[in-house]
Amino acid sequence: MSDETLESTVLRVLGEVAPEVDTANVDPVEDLRDQLDLDSMDILNMAIGLFEATGVEVPESDYPRIVTISGAVDYLAERMA
Amino acid sequence: MPSLGADMDAGRVVAWHVGVGDHVTRGQVVADVDTDKSVIEVEVFATGTVTELLVGEGERVPVGTPLALIADDADAGTAAPSRPGAPSISAPDEGVAPTRGAAAEPETTTSPESAPKPESAPKPPPPATLGGPSPGETPGSRAPISPLARRKAAELGVDLAAVTGTGHDGAVTADDVARAVSARPSFPSVEAPASRAPASRAPAEAAPATTQPLTGAERQAALRRAIAAAMARSKREIPHYYLTTEIDVARAMSWLAGRNSGVPVTARVLPVALLLKATAVALRTTPDLNGFWEDDGFRPGSAIHLGVAIALRGGGLVAPAIHDADRLTLEELMAALRDLVGRARAGRIRGAEMSDPTVTVTSLGDQGVDVVAPVIYPPQVAIVGFGRIRERAWVDGGRVVPRSTVIATLAADHRASDGHRGAIFLAELDRLLQEPEALGKEHENPEWTTREAED
Amino acid sequence: MSASSPEQGRTITYREAVREAIRDALTRDELAFLMGEDVASYGGCFGVSHGLFDEFGPERVRDTPLSESGYVGAGIGAALGGMHPIVEIMTVNFALLALDQIVNNAATLLHMSGGQLNVPIVIRMTTGAGRQLAAQHSHSFEGWFAHVPGLRIVTPGTLEDARGMLWTALQDPDPVLIFEHGGLYGVEGVLADDAGPVDIDVAAVRRAGDDVSLITYGGCLPRTLRAAELLAEDGISAEVLDLRSLRPLDTDAILASVARTHRAVVIDEGWRSGGLPAEVSARIMEGAFYELDAPVARVCAAEVPVPFAQHLEQAAIPRADGIARVARELVRPGG
Repeated sequence: MSDETLESTVLRVLGEVAPEVDTANVDPVEDLRDQLDLDSMDILNMAIGLFEATGVEVPESDYPRIVTISGAVDYLAERMA
Repeated sequence: MPSLGADMDAGRVVAWHVGVGDHVTRGQVVADVDTDKSVIEVEVFATGTVTELLVGEGERVPVGTPLALIADDADAGTAAPSRPGAPSISAPDEGVAPTRGAAAEPETTTSPESAPKPESAPKPPPPATLGGPSPGETPGSRAPISPLARRKAAELGVDLAAVTGTGHDGAVTADDVARAVSARPSFPSVEAPASRAPASRAPAEAAPATTQPLTGAERQAALRRAIAAAMARSKREIPHYYLTTEIDVARAMSWLAGRNSGVPVTARVLPVALLLKATAVALRTTPDLNGFWEDDGFRPGSAIHLGVAIALRGGGLVAPAIHDADRLTLEELMAALRDLVGRARAGRIRGAEMSDPTVTVTSLGDQGVDVVAPVIYPPQVAIVGFGRIRERAWVDGGRVVPRSTVIATLAADHRASDGHRGAIFLAELDRLLQEPEALGKEHENPEWTTREAED
Repeated sequence: MSASSPEQGRTITYREAVREAIRDALTRDELAFLMGEDVASYGGCFGVSHGLFDEFGPERVRDTPLSESGYVGAGIGAALGGMHPIVEIMTVNFALLALDQIVNNAATLLHMSGGQLNVPIVIRMTTGAGRQLAAQHSHSFEGWFAHVPGLRIVTPGTLEDARGMLWTALQDPDPVLIFEHGGLYGVEGVLADDAGPVDIDVAAVRRAGDDVSLITYGGCLPRTLRAAELLAEDGISAEVLDLRSLRPLDTDAILASVARTHRAVVIDEGWRSGGLPAEVSARIMEGAFYELDAPVARVCAAEVPVPFAQHLEQAAIPRADGIARVARELVRPGG
């Protein structure tokens, strides 16, 4: 899976977690919690969504790595390599 | 079209969940309705078979308009209106005079349904206090309203003409009034005058079919007004007292991390669920914090229905209930919380969930605050606030060590309880959080009634 | 009510509890005596006074001729003379033969004498249906007597009250009528060893609840408690209020219960028309109208003379399932 596909996967999951977000205008490097007012429930839902989309289980200790779009893409790429 | 708020005049059917021929049972969600403020799931108040959908998806109709016909199971084939007492339908009169004069009346019992009928022929004119007839009201008839419902409506500023009755013969009951209040997008507001709807909406009433749903900004404004009314009432009427304690949650957090590492991501439990669980169980020891202050007296909650304050992105909040939170397992409670947060943010909370909480919890830890001094949602008598769980300096055995702690604050109504009781609650909360394994297993403590009695 | 637990009590029937109450009264009060048809050597038509004749002798336990008017009148005379008679009437149907003595004499003399004459009589009688004794032995007329000022009407529905109400009634300087439901005599339960006199002024919440008040007394109390259990299975929390005293009525307790639950069902084995539940319902309307979330409902006997045939008799009187059905309909209309 290419980085670009991974990015679209992450954005799609984000769109499901926070349907009101305009995913086209999300800053890929800013913390989603600050940027979009996501909370711990949203991050958990992100982890569940990413698992369902990619099969990658994100342990709680790795949550800090998926709180930006680019961080999540890198993390998934690393785990799926 | 049920009234889902005191100032709701019309609603748009967004989606039907049932079709012609489907069997529906009382309480089933049959449709989604856009009330201008939010999308609310509409429950059916009768059991039977749908024979016709009268309002199509996307159609907007005034409150009181029949939405569908439901045939009674008892006399299948005869289409009966789904709500016999809905204002737009004249109450069925007794076609046959009751049998009189027989020496024996064989029935052992009377239900209130049959009792008043022989005397029901002359109907009194509507009293002036009700105002003019509502749009759907048949001239000359008067929708029955229970005395308690009338009193509650007056206290809560609910326009009875817009409330759909679910009692006998369509009578409006206190529950219907509560539903009307809770269908407002936030917790009950008191002094909300029925006339507060913006004037700009008046033309909409004249031409309902062409009306657009409220914009997000208008919805936000309506939500803000409802929160304003409830919070202003709280601070005006409720003598709050506040108790704060710092709780060592190091064991609880490491237990939870260990638990979560051993289960699939879908089965993970957030720290807030553990805090909610501990709060619900701790409330068993102090039932005087779980209930309502009404009519100058405390009415205990019949169960522990935990209201959870859920912030809506973009502003505002709702605090719907997790029912019987103390009796759910940690996993069930987490599942209920996920479901509730998701639906709250999608604007799909059910009416009963808004009116049922007996106590509320607010957790602002995600935003990084240390201490929350929360405001009680009237008529509840307590709210518990949790700040952020983080490492703080903690004195243990004469040494200062870093330790994960959370600061819990109880705000309680001093009319209903005293600080001593609140302190007992916080101590119990602390004790429970020191034994997370037990909390993880706990779902029903058979001893709790005994503990309450001994208290 | 004194607390009873298996450790501190013993199993006893309602009949034995009433007998203990009479024995206690005869032992403690030398002015007290029992009189009535067949109460002495036969031991009472329902066996309540069995053995008391042997224990206390013919002066204290006296058979009377088959003349209710005559012996109730004699009891009133004894009371006027300073004695504390306990007069047993076989059933309330036969009390009608003594209605003149009870209503025109016992109830009025205090007032007609300008307060000079008290009538400290206690009249016990059986009431109620359910035992296939047919119409002339099975009616419930306690509501009629509750209409009359000058009488106090009490209705023990529990073992504690069967044991405890008599002594308190004897202490009252004016006439007290005790109605014992015939269906209760054989009911067994545990009575505390130290059970003794109880107050006869207030109603008692026998089961607390939130959704509906079931208001009753006497023989309908056990059936109403069973109805509350049936309702609990449906998730409906019913409060059961035992009136205990029909005159005076504990109006405060009735209104307080309705203020908690906002719905009420009144249960009585008497006929509905003009019966005691009508009075209870009216007081609720007068004092708690704005607490009501539904009309007050009544469960009463069918308006027929109580039938003899068992299935008809059972169909004619309030039963647990019927009480539960009416209450359920009140709480969840059409549900």
